[in-house]
Amino acid sequence: MKINISKIIIFSFTIFLLSVFWLGLKINHNYDTKSLVGSKISKFYVTEINNENQYISEEDLKKNKYTLINFFASWCSPCRAEHRYLMSLSNQNKEIKIIGINFKDKKINANNFLKDLGNPYNFVGEDTDGKISISFGIYGIPESILVNNELTVIKKIIGPIDQVQFNDILKSIQ
Amino acid sequence: MLSNIGIALVYLVLIFSFLIIYISSVDLKTSSQFIEKNIYKLSLFQITFTVLSFFTLIIGFVNSDFSLINVYENSHTAKPLFYKIAGTWGNHEGSLLLWVNILVIFSYLFLIFNHTHNKKFRLYTLIFQNILILGFLFFLLLNSNPFNSIYPIPLEGLGLNPILQDPALAIHPPLLYVGFVGCSIYFSAAMASLLSGYAGKLFAQSIKTWVKISWCFQTLGIIVGSIWAYYELGWGGFWFWDPVENASLLPWFAITALMHSLIVLEKRNTLYSWVIILCLSTFILSVTGTFLVRSGILNSVHTFASDPTRGIYILSFLSLMIFSALIIFFIKNKKETYNFNLKSRETFILANNWFMVFFLVTVLIGMLYPIFLDVLTNVKISVGPPFFNIVIIPLVVPFMFLMAIGPKFGWVKSQNKIFYKILFLILGAIIINLLIFYFFGKYSFLSNLIFIAAIFLILYSLLDLKKIFNNKKKFELPRIISHLSFGLLVFFIGINHQFSLEEDFNLKVGEIKKTNNYEINFKDMKVKENKNYKAIIGNFKLTDLKNDLAQYLNPEIRIYSNPETLTYEAAIRTKITSDLYLTMSNVSRSDYYNIKFQKKPFMIWIWISALMIALGGFMQLILKKNED
Amino acid sequence: MKKKLFFLIIYFLFLGPLSSSDNKTELSEIYKNLRCLVCQGQSIADSNSDFAATVKLVVQDQFNEGKTKDEIYKFLISKYGEWIVYQPTFSKSNLLLWTLPYFIFIMGGVFIFLIIRKSKNNKAN
Repeated sequence: MKINISKIIIFSFTIFLLSVFWLGLKINHNYDTKSLVGSKISKFYVTEINNENQYISEEDLKKNKYTLINFFASWCSPCRAEHRYLMSLSNQNKEIKIIGINFKDKKINANNFLKDLGNPYNFVGEDTDGKISISFGIYGIPESILVNNELTVIKKIIGPIDQVQFNDILKSIQ
Repeated sequence: MLSNIGIALVYLVLIFSFLIIYISSVDLKTSSQFIEKNIYKLSLFQITFTVLSFFTLIIGFVNSDFSLINVYENSHTAKPLFYKIAGTWGNHEGSLLLWVNILVIFSYLFLIFNHTHNKKFRLYTLIFQNILILGFLFFLLLNSNPFNSIYPIPLEGLGLNPILQDPALAIHPPLLYVGFVGCSIYFSAAMASLLSGYAGKLFAQSIKTWVKISWCFQTLGIIVGSIWAYYELGWGGFWFWDPVENASLLPWFAITALMHSLIVLEKRNTLYSWVIILCLSTFILSVTGTFLVRSGILNSVHTFASDPTRGIYILSFLSLMIFSALIIFFIKNKKETYNFNLKSRETFILANNWFMVFFLVTVLIGMLYPIFLDVLTNVKISVGPPFFNIVIIPLVVPFMFLMAIGPKFGWVKSQNKIFYKILFLILGAIIINLLIFYFFGKYSFLSNLIFIAAIFLILYSLLDLKKIFNNKKKFELPRIISHLSFGLLVFFIGINHQFSLEEDFNLKVGEIKKTNNYEINFKDMKVKENKNYKAIIGNFKLTDLKNDLAQYLNPEIRIYSNPETLTYEAAIRTKITSDLYLTMSNVSRSDYYNIKFQKKPFMIWIWISALMIALGGFMQLILKKNED
Repeated sequence: MKKKLFFLIIYFLFLGPLSSSDNKTELSEIYKNLRCLVCQGQSIADSNSDFAATVKLVVQDQFNEGKTKDEIYKFLISKYGEWIVYQPTFSKSNLLLWTLPYFIFIMGGVFIFLIIRKSKNNKAN
């Protein structure tokens, strides 16, 4: 076999192709939005669940050192599971404020949910039709976003908060 | 019990493959003109044991023998018999055994039907084919054994995904596999041709039939898959540019190119290297497609339980195949001199190949680019229908023009008397297009071009068809039918795309929705218990406001028990001019139902034209003898 | 006559793209170009999921506010990443994706052209 440039190019290209396949096997193919950590959250406006005249916006978050925005619903069972971590977070740490946004839920059910399990939230917002969740880049319930006072997203927790996630949150706000 | 029999049979096939390779390599060195009788005998044993092993698996499925993990995971006693059998190839392990069967069957048939060809060439083909068989057998035994047993024996199986319990999807995989794995034989033949020097015209003749067979099956397989997607997935579309669909297109483009350039090799004894490249890449692309689909590296609607170790195996096998093909090709390939005239049929066939390669490359890049970007830069993007439509559709226009006039040119060089005919037909096509445009609706510039090109191709082929009936050149018929049908297919897809009606709304039982042309009344709902599922059947009264014609449509939501799954069955009313398509699905936490109503003009004609393309291929297989 | 036809053609060709868009089809076109993140390879238009329903609402709102298709895509990309659109953006990192197919097509054309030209030379000799 005479070796010339085109043959070398074809061989190296094939090797490149196959090694990308090989590397491709090792990466995780399930998409999540974690790549958006580090971006800033945009303007928003959420009204209080029991009082339409009360609201919260991105300006209010600048006052808190850290804010955890948690989307929850009474009909979602993983939300129940993660609730105790939210409770202990609000009891243990005063530097973090927690905002709960009630997703596609009935008011009575949401209020009962908080009555039964306790209310860890400094503010409970309402998102009846789910539109607010889109402006936060939420695609499943529960989902939580940790932001600092510059409105930068430090952490995204997709799915329920568990012990590991809980420790991670504590670590990131130290 | 069955497990042991199955495994024993697979090992026997393995042993016979080794024996065939060994005896064939010995026989290569003898001076005799004929292949040794023993090789035929061994091949016959090999094929018998392979087929038996597959039957063993089928028996396992029919008897619901849950001592086999494979049966346990993919079957259930409550399943209808037909789906029990179809379950055999509806899963990864079983389909792999089917692959091995097809490899062996093609190997045997190639051996006995090509007895007029050179001995060395046939032996080398047999050796390479058996190396492929060994590769798949090792994969099967080491990683994906359908005969693995389970203990204690479960009383009941897990069941087959209900979306797969469908007649179209039961026959779709075998068709596609015959198409894909059938390519293996001319992969082997191409390697053999390079090594034995049995090239040119004779080589073309030896693989011609096999190329056509696999083309027919692939085409048919793709169409059946698409029909299935149309009525089973319940979205009203029939082609989604989904990775799995794309994976099936890759070898199809290559094989279509091959089928055309093979004619040049046969008639003019040129383009040998290019034909070899296509032979090799068709099967390589089939395996690449399998790798992409089954390793879980791509994200697709069609769920294959994916497993990375599987991926590693197929990838190593693929790499071996590619490198050995490259090395043998580079060592053995000789430089050819070409002699093409611009106005000759071979030039047009080259142009066909040119476009086919473009389509292939586009689909390949669209599939692989997200993987590359993810691996190299960690950015995840989606490449979906808009990309393929934007890149590919503009070039379908010139492609159809070439497709119409190409076959009119003679070999080597021809005089052109057809210039005025072309001009006349283009004018005709433009006028027809303007009439459609004027009377039925407005569409974009590009759509205008597509319609003009499609109509031109249709008119041109119809004229050809008329000519055939006058001068009885029957061997041209299959080609004309396939080309005509391609024109029709594009035309009807275009019409369907432009004039589809689509409504999406939520309704409660008893409510009425009025659209521009239809009134949809959600009258009532009932629940029906079936053998393996529970169905919620909606009753919709659909009134056409133009002529006050009422009809009832009954979409279903099915709740399958084994395994627990929801499926949505569309209610489809097919007519000559259009399909009415209605699906309902539950909206979570409310008593509303989401209704999708579509009117899709000329849907049935899309299927007819697509099937006619395949029919052209089958006709060529049958008519071939009369031509000689 | 020919002149008249010519103008007629020009008229229709350029009228086409202007009049082809009505609101409903444009909305469903947007849905079809959005990927449902919680489904296996389904678009927002095809999916029955909660997420798809919500995205449809938001897209409708923004569409009625008069936002263009591209603005809506941009908004969703900023929230969910490029993964959400089926039509990759024309960005630097996607340059090869959009140009490579045509580049290869042109190279193929050049290759065939060279073969044919060379053949003619052969004949002349």
